[in-house]
Amino acid sequence: MTPLRRLSLALAALVALSAPLATLAQERDGPLRIEITEGVIEPLPFAVPDFVPETPAARDYAAEIARVVAADLAGTGLFREIPASAHIARVTNFASPVQYSDWRPINAQALITGAVGLTNGQLTVKFRLFDVFAQAPLGDGLQFGGPEASWRRMAHKVADAVYSRITGEKAYFDSRVVFVSETGPKNDRLKRLAIMDYDGANVQFLTGDNSIVIAPRFSPDGRRVLYTSYQSGFPRIYVLDIGNMSQRALDEQPGIMTFAPRFSPDGRTVIFSLSRGSNTDIYALDINTGERRQLTNSAAIDTAPSFSPDGRFIVFESDRSGSQQLYIMSAGGGEARRISFGQGRYGTPVWSPRGDLVAFTKINQGRFHIGVMRTDGSEERLLTSSFLDEGPTWSPNGRVIMFARQSAGADGAPSLWSVDISGRNLKRVPTPQAASDPSWSPLLQ
Amino acid sequence: MKALTSSLLLAATLGLAACGGGFGADGGYGDTPGASTGAGAGGVYDPASPQYFNQTIGDRVHFAVDESTLTQEARTTLDGQANWLMQNAEFTAIIEGHADEQGTREYNLALGARRASAVRDYLVSRGVADSRLRTVSYGKERPIEICSTEACYSKNRRAVTVLSSGASS
Repeated sequence: MTPLRRLSLALAALVALSAPLATLAQERDGPLRIEITEGVIEPLPFAVPDFVPETPAARDYAAEIARVVAADLAGTGLFREIPASAHIARVTNFASPVQYSDWRPINAQALITGAVGLTNGQLTVKFRLFDVFAQAPLGDGLQFGGPEASWRRMAHKVADAVYSRITGEKAYFDSRVVFVSETGPKNDRLKRLAIMDYDGANVQFLTGDNSIVIAPRFSPDGRRVLYTSYQSGFPRIYVLDIGNMSQRALDEQPGIMTFAPRFSPDGRTVIFSLSRGSNTDIYALDINTGERRQLTNSAAIDTAPSFSPDGRFIVFESDRSGSQQLYIMSAGGGEARRISFGQGRYGTPVWSPRGDLVAFTKINQGRFHIGVMRTDGSEERLLTSSFLDEGPTWSPNGRVIMFARQSAGADGAPSLWSVDISGRNLKRVPTPQAASDPSWSPLLQ
Repeated sequence: MKALTSSLLLAATLGLAACGGGFGADGGYGDTPGASTGAGAGGVYDPASPQYFNQTIGDRVHFAVDESTLTQEARTTLDGQANWLMQNAEFTAIIEGHADEQGTREYNLALGARRASAVRDYLVSRGVADSRLRTVSYGKERPIEICSTEACYSKNRRAVTVLSSGASS
């Protein structure tokens, strides 16, 4: 088997994968085989030497951008970086032909080269991806331009392109996360909305810490955020425009508590919970006309609604059976079909952007889990287990789930974590302070 | 007796004005019973004082895990709250529903609403005018006890009746 054929097969196999993310194929002589959840993972080794500065001012960015690209790829658990200390050659000219013989001996299967220019505050980033064993480029070179301050976004775009070309999947690095930043003791916690890059960089605060804020959710275009705030002294839904930081209450009725909002895929409708007396039902609000429609009408707690990506269905949780369980109904409301039947309670369902899975929080025998199941309730798979895991949110490509994990005890505090839908690559997402309620944006435009 | 009560009430009301209108002990979360213990002309021994309401009668009731049903003990407390509210008609109240940390955030908000509503409904059934009572849920956002065992959870699963002065809207 030629090297080219080997890598091509690996790509084809990855494209064909459905929900469980399989391992990248190991280099082997026999036929390639996809190992789905067991066995040793062999991440694909790659090298990304420092990018070549095309102007003296670009020198720092040339090195930093390569580091961000490497961190993005290695952070998936699907790739392994061959460190610069193992390299036997340098790339000093982006335009010169790649010497594959410099990279094959160190077993770099993929090589990423790039160049960075900086002129009048404008960065230009070029890159190429090579299949070292096939001795051929993988796709065309690409170039991104933008203001100097957006250098990390350009690095993420390079990594997105590399990830997509090698896995055949959409990527997720050029994305952001809105979340609740928490400070102070457990019985006097201060909360504020914050936004950051998906990897924890560039944290900015969106609200002050003078009122409780809960569960921010991105609009489908990533420009607005829905959240619940007690700023009026009473929990209500607000929508915040991230561009100009303007904020308005969505559906103000005296004495009526609204929470758990989420946008429809077209961004025109907000579904949410409304509590009247002891009863909590799900409503839909046309964000332009203000027209409100009741979607559930049970004496139970119906909450945490989430649209299917095609906008036709809503998954939500209800305790109408006596305990928290997951249900799916038409986007217009009406009959709901229960999909969760395992042991324990199920809440906070979120429909995958690929449409095939629902992520949820499960509480069973005093433990909390993040899990996924198919939309018919089959193939339930628990990905995590801890004292308190909750609130899953999907990466834009539906391969990774971020959630909040709170530690137990008087000093207990939440932090953000991510895990592959295979259950692998569980890791903490760095935040400057305690953090909860993450919501992952779509890929930025 | 009636005149005496009135003068005590006046004193209590003045004292109230000085501390901004909330009797819920600490800025509206109803967390710390008796933050203003026995201060001024009111106090825990003055049956017309908010302090009496908060401490002697008890401003809060507790719930079993994932429940909003009132226990017999809770009903006794609420009978006392209802009587006090009937006799002190110038007060309104916000009933805060709370949950412990062993639940998801959204569900606990709804559960807190259920608990607050159960208290409100009971007080109304005992004759308190519906218009004097409002409810709000804090879900698991405002625990008063911070350990992660049932000893704390049982105190955090609560509904607190927080008095305020003045006419209801």
